[in-house]
Amino acid sequence: MVSFIAYLINGLSLGSIYAIIAIGYTMVYGIAKMLNFAHGDVIMVGAYIAFSVITTAGMPPVVGLIASMCGCMLLGICIEKIAYKPLRHAGSSLAVLITAIGVSYFLQNMALIIFTSNPKMFTSIIPMDKMTIQAGAFRIQTISLVCIAVSIVLVLLLQLFINRTRPGQAMLACSQDRGAASLMGISVNGTISLTFAIGSAMAGIAGVLLCSAYPTLSPYTGSMPGIKAFVAAVFGGIGSIPGAMIGGLLLGVIEILAKTYISSQLSDAIVFSVLIVVLLVKPTGLMGKVVQEKV
Amino acid sequence: MKKMKQFVSLMLTSAMAAGMMSASVFAADAFYIGASGPLTGPAANYGTAVVNAAQIAVDEINEAGGINGYQIEYKGEDDELDSEKSVNAYNALKDWGMQILLGPTTTGCAIAVAEKTKADNMFQLTPSGSGEDVTKNDNVFRVCFSDPSQGMRSAQYIGEHQLATKVGSIYDSSDAYSAGIEASFEAAAPDYGIDVAVKCAFTADSNTDFSSQLQQCADAGVELIFLPIYYTQAGTILTQARMMGLDVKFFGCDGLDGMLDMDNFEKSLAEGVMLLTPFAADADDDLTKNFVAKYQEAYGMTPNQFAADAYDGVYAIKAALEKAEATPDMEISDLCEALKTAITEIEIAGLTGEKIVWTADGEPNKDPKAVVIQDGAYVSMQ
Amino acid sequence: MNNIKKTSRNNMGTIGMIIAAFVIVQILKTAGMINSQMDGLLVPLCVYATMAVSLNLVVGILGELSLGHAGFMCVGAFASAFFSKVVEQSMGTFPRFLLAILVGGAVAGVFGFLIGIPVLRLKGDYLAIVTLAFGEIIKNLMNVLYVGRDAAGLHFSIKDAASLNLMEDGEMIINGPLGITGTPFDANFVVGFLILLISTVVVLNLTNSRTGRAIMAIRDNRIAAGSVGVPITKYKMAAFTLSAVIAGCAGALYSHNLSSLIATPARFGYNMSILFLVFVVLGGIGSTRGAIIASIILTLLPEVLRFMADYRMLIYSIILIVMMIINWNPKSRAWIQKHRPGNVIRSRREASEAGKEGR
Repeated sequence: MVSFIAYLINGLSLGSIYAIIAIGYTMVYGIAKMLNFAHGDVIMVGAYIAFSVITTAGMPPVVGLIASMCGCMLLGICIEKIAYKPLRHAGSSLAVLITAIGVSYFLQNMALIIFTSNPKMFTSIIPMDKMTIQAGAFRIQTISLVCIAVSIVLVLLLQLFINRTRPGQAMLACSQDRGAASLMGISVNGTISLTFAIGSAMAGIAGVLLCSAYPTLSPYTGSMPGIKAFVAAVFGGIGSIPGAMIGGLLLGVIEILAKTYISSQLSDAIVFSVLIVVLLVKPTGLMGKVVQEKV
Repeated sequence: MKKMKQFVSLMLTSAMAAGMMSASVFAADAFYIGASGPLTGPAANYGTAVVNAAQIAVDEINEAGGINGYQIEYKGEDDELDSEKSVNAYNALKDWGMQILLGPTTTGCAIAVAEKTKADNMFQLTPSGSGEDVTKNDNVFRVCFSDPSQGMRSAQYIGEHQLATKVGSIYDSSDAYSAGIEASFEAAAPDYGIDVAVKCAFTADSNTDFSSQLQQCADAGVELIFLPIYYTQAGTILTQARMMGLDVKFFGCDGLDGMLDMDNFEKSLAEGVMLLTPFAADADDDLTKNFVAKYQEAYGMTPNQFAADAYDGVYAIKAALEKAEATPDMEISDLCEALKTAITEIEIAGLTGEKIVWTADGEPNKDPKAVVIQDGAYVSMQ
Repeated sequence: MNNIKKTSRNNMGTIGMIIAAFVIVQILKTAGMINSQMDGLLVPLCVYATMAVSLNLVVGILGELSLGHAGFMCVGAFASAFFSKVVEQSMGTFPRFLLAILVGGAVAGVFGFLIGIPVLRLKGDYLAIVTLAFGEIIKNLMNVLYVGRDAAGLHFSIKDAASLNLMEDGEMIINGPLGITGTPFDANFVVGFLILLISTVVVLNLTNSRTGRAIMAIRDNRIAAGSVGVPITKYKMAAFTLSAVIAGCAGALYSHNLSSLIATPARFGYNMSILFLVFVVLGGIGSTRGAIIASIILTLLPEVLRFMADYRMLIYSIILIVMMIINWNPKSRAWIQKHRPGNVIRSRREASEAGKEGR
């Protein structure tokens, strides 16, 4: 029982990181209606920015986090303007999906050239001596608590932002009907840029937290957590922010428990099998809305 | 509009195909040595190390007057860690004029290319393709130890030095190198009184988090964790073990070398980690010092065992060419026949062994060194 | 020519293009004008073009997004290589390879059918992610599959090689993450060309048949198609299974061209599936000819860019983004339209025909 709880905590820790990444995924999907496959790589860029600021330039971790958020925000806006906007009216949503993959290759290879393939060890934002908290028989990683707290705060803030502020309401309107929103005088371009800015800033946070918990940083660090977070976002119902949070946490727990109790070699297969079963029972994910089709 | 686009695409395709039609310009005034390995993709640091280190060795040799009075022409190609791309890289090198292949870097690619070198009868020396099947053909030799021999030697070392009796292993089940060593380690363990209590796998798709594997080892109460993996993941494993307060020994193979030289690696994490590796970047013999200094100067990082294997590989080719008194105007096939015999007759002092000799079945014979990390540096164990 | 319908003319053009390319390459090959790099790429080009045809059937014609097509190729590759290894000694090259292709196609088809049952109940991005999940599961399972053979017959395990308990004379056929090594080299350009040609003919014929029109009706409006009595599930399943069979044949071709078959993430994971999707989308979604051309461009491009050394994949990604934008941006499309020579008459004619022509 004791070790079961330890596994559960590890799962929540991993899951909370997936959750933060998934929130960024799902936000962009909700408004721009595109699967931003480059999101994982924006996370990697964020982690490299933080690494450069904290380790290379020797600044405090907070500055690194802010630099990472700003850098990612800028990057997100640029990607949207240069690579995605020209294809917004392309007639097929697949075109922009493929461009996103191109952007993903581009970011990975750019990082490969700038930072080389030799992995870097990320300095955790949690100091060495405060890395774990002893609670009775359990050791809890401080970073897990931070991740869970950050993801909850982010979900709440985003919900507040979307429901209580004018730009948030504009985002909601755009996600429901872009044409009608623009007729109401909402700047669709501006709203989409804002969404990318927020989503990418969150990728910056995710990058710092991801690498604080799992310190190996290489140009391909973002791609696998990115795809897992994508799965988590769908799991929870893509487009739904609380869904992404729940999907991420569940995915992390299932992954760890499958590795421990069933087979460590087959854990990926098990995670994906659970996803398939969930989607067959609830075809729009756990918290997804069912959209009525009209002829 | 559709037609226009198709016309343009067709022109583009034909132009690209035409670019690949020109026959290679072949000049027999130098030895053409080609290397290949993953230069992009998640395994890029391994291939880059091989291609860079071989470049250093080639430059040194050329500066010192070449081989048998001939200079070396050298080129490295990217295989993206993929069998098919490795064959493409091999063919591209062949068009460039390659006579001797130093590569590929990894097992799967080395096996795929070995069939091609067999057909062309080209001499192939893989620096680090450690899988058992790599050297099946008689024109293929390797610089590193084979996987079964590494697993067996690790079990032997742990058993004979009584490091532990209850052992857990964490390995990458989706990687040929890691799974190969693990299997032979497990097979050999009972002979040395070692009980492999738990073996936990991870895959390339789930190599972010290792808490579950470490927890399983902790639950089983193992004294030592065997890590037949590459150093990329080792940093995370050691950090997480520290966070969990795990008090065990770690034992790894040559793949772990390079760990200390990752940017910003917290060296205290690796305190007491043991590894069986033929190369240690901070060994204090002149050869290693010279190589490490040159590598750092040229590429801004410390070389790992892949680099060392490639460096030795170039010198092995040199020694064999000199032994065979070969000249660049020989046919590729004749060169291969001459080298096949010559390499079994040479003995070189390299980075990965003071005395390396080769047997006709392609395996090197050299002493593995066991090192332990103390105060952030390798210290020889014996 | 005017009696023949425009679609048929278009299809004949596609088939003609494949045959012409084959003839030109064969002539160049005989004349010794192709270098080893190009020569080595011929079979892979056929593999990727066939995959493009296969995925185009699902994405372009059926209109469902599949992100797991590499999984079917993987199944076909492993099944056929396994078959060839088992019967290697007892059969001649030609019948063995022919059967291996059929085995690869059939096994992939069975997988396609079984996976299609749950998958095709879903819609849109959810369907895409489930195909991605199946692709990853297949890859993961291939990495833990151990099969060996000894005097007592075949042994299977999904744990490790040791638990097969092979006898002394036993040999490993599928060795977990080491995959299958030593598959006979049966593939060549002629066979590759034939597989591509047959797949293309089958897909184009299907598109122009009653079944094909029903499938496209489902793509364009599922509810409307259902309301006029098109059996949606049946046609979706048919298209999906056929696509899997073609992917399996391509897999068989792939595995018999290399002596080392490993299910690595880069080879049979979602990355590869997405690459196939890139072929289809860049080719214009629904256009078999476009998909084939795009697959050839994108396969040759990284090889042609080898001279760029370290910048190779960076340039590749930039070219991909630029090609996508030029190909799909409404403004650039209009620009191409406007600046095409002699466009005035033809564009009018095409505009009137556009309504009749399938995408």
